[in-house]
This record gives sequence, structure tokens and C-alpha cells, in this order.
Amino acid sequence: MPEASLTPYADSLGIVVHGDEGGSPVLTCNFSANVEGRPGHLHGGAISGLLETAGYALLRRELAKLGRTYRMKPINITVQFLAPGKPKPSYAAARITKLGRRNANISVEAWQDDRSRPIATAILNILMAPEEGSAEA
Amino acid sequence: MPAIPTPDTRLPEQSDSFDPARAAPMLLQHGHVGWLGLKYRGHGDDWAELELPWREDLVGEAERQVLASGPIISMMDMAAGLAIWTAQGRFAAIATLDLRVDYQRPAKVRAAVIGRAECYRITRSAAFVRGIAHDGDPADPVAHIAGVFMSIAGDSRNA
Repeated sequence: MPEASLTPYADSLGIVVHGDEGGSPVLTCNFSANVEGRPGHLHGGAISGLLETAGYALLRRELAKLGRTYRMKPINITVQFLAPGKPKPSYAAARITKLGRRNANISVEAWQDDRSRPIATAILNILMAPEEGSAEA
Repeated sequence: MPAIPTPDTRLPEQSDSFDPARAAPMLLQHGHVGWLGLKYRGHGDDWAELELPWREDLVGEAERQVLASGPIISMMDMAAGLAIWTAQGRFAAIATLDLRVDYQRPAKVRAAVIGRAECYRITRSAAFVRGIAHDGDPADPVAHIAGVFMSIAGDSRNA
């Protein structure tokens, strides 16, 4: 499935696939009033949404590659805010630290001008529940 | 970085006068939180509660009528900011340093999600917050959150 469609929430917020970084989709989100927090700055929740979306986009791609049909369920997310987000485009890309049978651990970075200076990072734990039947953690 | 909307910068630094019930409509009107349509529900000495109304275009999976987690993080971040300003009795610029969300279960189908954040500790430069998000029954939360916020603007000199 092409990655043109992320989630309805991501579409609504204006998050799109921008490119590829070593096999990981790079997502981007332009600055607008919809993502603004303190005037002239990105809202931390919007950054979190971008980070989370990037994590799921990568895991979805990896599972598809492996032919695994699982439903992804969030276990948790921890976001570190490193620098204020400026009124310019933001990018995010993820890396799978561990892909297990039942759960995955994924780290994500978001940046603006300089790839080497992230404005926020996140760690996601995601449960991969079987597509059918009861999907308890 | 997030929860710090516009106004009230003219409030005297030490005024004991942040009233979330009065400030919220203004704070929730613009930007990301305005886009989400967050609503004020209530507050106490050290907590504040918001609501994220159900909205079709905020779902996390096209095939399931359940609010995505991103908007819930945004709501909890904003509720945390309100809780901090309420606890310290004034509006001051703060930045989220670290925010953790543990998801207990998906929200119910087409349900609004309510978020309550409590500021349980304020030091000279940091504020510590915990909270829950639920969809009707606070005893059965959708998520627990924990966050640390830093004061910015005047730095630690006047924090």
C-alpha cells in the first residue's frame, strides 16, 4: 500500500510523507495556525503527533515488508522536547530499535533546519495484536 | 513550547490571579488547541480538566471510529499547563520538557475524551504533572500521563 495515506488525524493536521531516510519514511508538517502553541512556536502536542505518526508509518512499512498483518496498538510514548519549534516546516523519521513478535520499540526524531539538531525525540512501545480475535495486551 | 498561548502577559508577576475558568475560553480559542476544539470543564487548586470533543477527522485509524492518540497528547499537555498556572496562581511561560503517555485502552467509539491534569509539585524551575484521560469514567482511564515542565522567559531568576 502506498504511504500517501497516513491516518485521518495526520491528514487533517497536514502531515505528509516527504521522503526516505535509509528505509524510513520522512514525514513533514508545515507550520500553520493549526499546529501553533505559544505564538510563533509549534505546539508540543502537534510535534508529538508528528513523532508518533512517523513511528507508526515506519512500523507499518516494516510489517508490510514481512507480510505480517497485525493491528498496531499504542502501549506508550515518551516525548523529550529539546528546542522550541519555529514557524517553519518540521520533519520526523523513526528507527526500529527492536522488532519483537508481540511488541516493537521505536525511536523517533523530529527536526527543522538541521537534521543533526532534533527539536524533539520520542520513544514508542507498540503492541502488535493479531488482526483477528481478542487482542489483549 | 506547547501549552503557552497568547494572553495575560500583562498580569503582574506575582498576582494571585490566574483563573482557568476565565482564561480558558481565550487560551483555547486559537492555534493548535483551538483547531482541536478543546473545551474547559473544571479546575481545583492544583488541577484542571479539559474535554476533547469527538471529531471524525481526528481518528487514528480510518476503519475505527476512535480518537487518535495525538490529539489526546495535545489535550493533556494543555491541561497540564492550565494545572501549573492554576497551582502557581499566575500565568507564566512554560515549556514542556518531557511528557509520557501510557495508553490503557482505546477510547470508546465516537467518544469525547476528557483529560484531567494535576500539578503535584513546583520547584524554582520545574513543575511536575500527572494526569489521566478518560471517556466517561475516571476510574477506567484511557491513558495515564506524567510530564515535567520548565519555566522559560525570565529564567530561574524570577521563577
